[in-house]
Amino acid sequence: MNFDLSEEQQILVDSVAKFVANDSPVERFRKLRDTERGWDPSVWARMGEFGWLGVAYPEEQGGFGGRFVDLALILEQLGRGLVPEPIVPSVVLAGGLLSKLGSDAQRERFLAPMIEGRTSLALAYAERQSRFTPHDCRTRAERRGAGWVLSGEKTWVLNGHAADQLVIVARTAGDPLDREGLSLFVVDGDAPGLERIRVPGMDGQRSALVRLRRVEVGAERLLGPAGAARPHLEWALDRAAAAACAEGQGEIQELFDRTVAYLKQRVQFGVPIGSFQALQHRAADMYAETELCRSTMILAAIAADYEDADERQAEISAAKLQLSRGGWFVQENAIQLFGGIGVTDEQDEGLFFKRLRVLQGLFGDADWHVARYQGLRGFASEA
Amino acid sequence: MDLAYSPEQLAFRQEVRQWIQDAMPAPIRAKAEGGGHFEHEEQMEWHRILFRKGWVAPHWPKEVGGTGWDIGRRHIFGEELVRANAPQLSPFGLTMVGPLLIQFGTPEQKQRFLPRILSGEEVWCQGYSEPNAGSDLASLQLRAEKDGTDYVLNGQKTWTTYAQYADWIFLLARTDASGKKQEGITFILADVKHTPGITVKPFLTTGGTYAFSETWFQNARVPQTNRVGPENGGWTMAKALLAHERTGIGGIAESKRWLQLCKRIARETPVGEGSLFDDRSFRERIARLEMRLRSLELLQLRTLAAAQVGRAPGPESSILKLVGTEIQQESTELCMDAMGHDALGWLDSPPEVLPAIEQGVASSFNYLRAATIYGGSNEIQRNIIAKQILRLPTL
Repeated sequence: MNFDLSEEQQILVDSVAKFVANDSPVERFRKLRDTERGWDPSVWARMGEFGWLGVAYPEEQGGFGGRFVDLALILEQLGRGLVPEPIVPSVVLAGGLLSKLGSDAQRERFLAPMIEGRTSLALAYAERQSRFTPHDCRTRAERRGAGWVLSGEKTWVLNGHAADQLVIVARTAGDPLDREGLSLFVVDGDAPGLERIRVPGMDGQRSALVRLRRVEVGAERLLGPAGAARPHLEWALDRAAAAACAEGQGEIQELFDRTVAYLKQRVQFGVPIGSFQALQHRAADMYAETELCRSTMILAAIAADYEDADERQAEISAAKLQLSRGGWFVQENAIQLFGGIGVTDEQDEGLFFKRLRVLQGLFGDADWHVARYQGLRGFASEA
Repeated sequence: MDLAYSPEQLAFRQEVRQWIQDAMPAPIRAKAEGGGHFEHEEQMEWHRILFRKGWVAPHWPKEVGGTGWDIGRRHIFGEELVRANAPQLSPFGLTMVGPLLIQFGTPEQKQRFLPRILSGEEVWCQGYSEPNAGSDLASLQLRAEKDGTDYVLNGQKTWTTYAQYADWIFLLARTDASGKKQEGITFILADVKHTPGITVKPFLTTGGTYAFSETWFQNARVPQTNRVGPENGGWTMAKALLAHERTGIGGIAESKRWLQLCKRIARETPVGEGSLFDDRSFRERIARLEMRLRSLELLQLRTLAAAQVGRAPGPESSILKLVGTEIQQESTELCMDAMGHDALGWLDSPPEVLPAIEQGVASSFNYLRAATIYGGSNEIQRNIIAKQILRLPTL
């Protein structure tokens, strides 16, 4: 059992931290949040050159054969600078499914250019009624000749506004709430019948409402076997939850460090406010939650590679709950301790607060993960 | 970074599980299966069984009788003990004074004390707190004055947990009252049973047990060779020992046991057509606490892994104490809630009213109010974090 970074991991972490400090401090995000796209394709291309987008893919697919932990370490550092490039939708979600289920031809065509930072991807899974249950799917794909016709509507498609290709979850069999019968299709962003409405997020990032009006795709666009997508979709969403814990850790740590620095510097009643015991105790509790978040972030990143789906899901759910509860404790108190300036837009802390709140609500919120955990941890059979 | 168990570690788990099953005497096993509420003598019996196997001090270095296990094995071993509901061992010798002696003791002290701690031949207690030195530990008053080759001790200790069972006490005494109060303290070992002038008087706690004692010293003479570390250098010893104490005081294993029990009680408590366990909101409370405990367990593993590569448990261990004791309290509260009317019962209630597995719950629930107080109150832990880790300014 070992929690230390390997030499290679330390080099990776240092280089990402350096990138954030020099090339992507929070000011860059501030500028981008007012733009149409919300992120910068030239930075994305550089990330491809650095190899960050391929770090966790097998070498034969153009990746570096690393583990999910390596990607998590990158995301953690990027979180400290609120770097907005769409790694989770492209690399973890759509790219993860392409890597796992894609044919050689599909990977060559859709995955390889993304790994190089030339294209970006999105996964359209959520629907208006589905909340966090990925198999609650009304979007349908019907056979037409050798190909398929897709109809339906997807919401909160992260990076859906900008993605070159979207992986669409559609039902090829069964009723809307059936666990089985789901399939995945790779659809071009400019396919006829595909409408994308850009949705601004509270965190300054973008997603899309995606409407599919009889979108026709060829047989070569079906990803993996028809009707059998659910476990793979859950796998990808689990890894996205683990990624949220990793990125969120960067934001929690950054907020916490900034708060401690502020407590030392802000003077009231003639003394630094950090000398008041009430605030010291608050800071101590924030420290405890920050360290607990770090612990489960590592757990989630390692569990993301587990073969056993139940084990993977239980551990990631525990981590996501800690992000949602412990992380929330840190962020709400950070704003409180900063006082009034904490709620001004010119102060960076509010940006971290909002991004964290979004990550807490993505890929299953606290209640959803608690409910799932119970089902997995043998609450009924253990003796 | 790697959390996976190796095939060797997995085989080790099977070995441990089998051994515990074979080694546990029938009366202890019966109690363990019934929920487990063990008396001191049962605790010591299990201690001796573990000692004979060489497994009583997994966290000690191999040269002095430890196991030499890695973090993974130690963790597995701990998990299996909890799984089997085995009696908890007294921590004062094994996890407090033992590691301190290994670190700071003279060769003679090591030779004299460590083997007897391991064998369970000598039981230890802790003499830190005094009536006017609780959270403000450094203001302790018990005096140790040199007389020939002895120290003469006068004063009082309190909250000396299980002193009535102890053969030896490790204590902090005032050897110099002139300077800064932290600087005149010395760490001394005393034979409780055979030193004239030491009197132990147990308190009845709200838990209905005699867990804590008052300990009086009236011209009690102990040889100066029983001093650990330099004279007036006891504060360093005290802090090192407290850091060791806190890593264990989080009670992660105990909380796991409580949650296990809570699930069992909830399943065996009829509600309507089914059981309390069918109640979604109650199940969720258990699940949330179990998930939080998992976060703390990972933090403990991080701390242990750091210790394994030579980083001593430092102020971070305060988190384990802080959060761990809160979880301990919450997990017994959940058990109480699960019991409904039965939670109103008390020790020695007839089994028709209070089933065996529920017998110890109310007592422990009450006793564990002390968990956020002892070992340095949780408020003191927050002070330690604020000052020693976050370096926040002092007023």
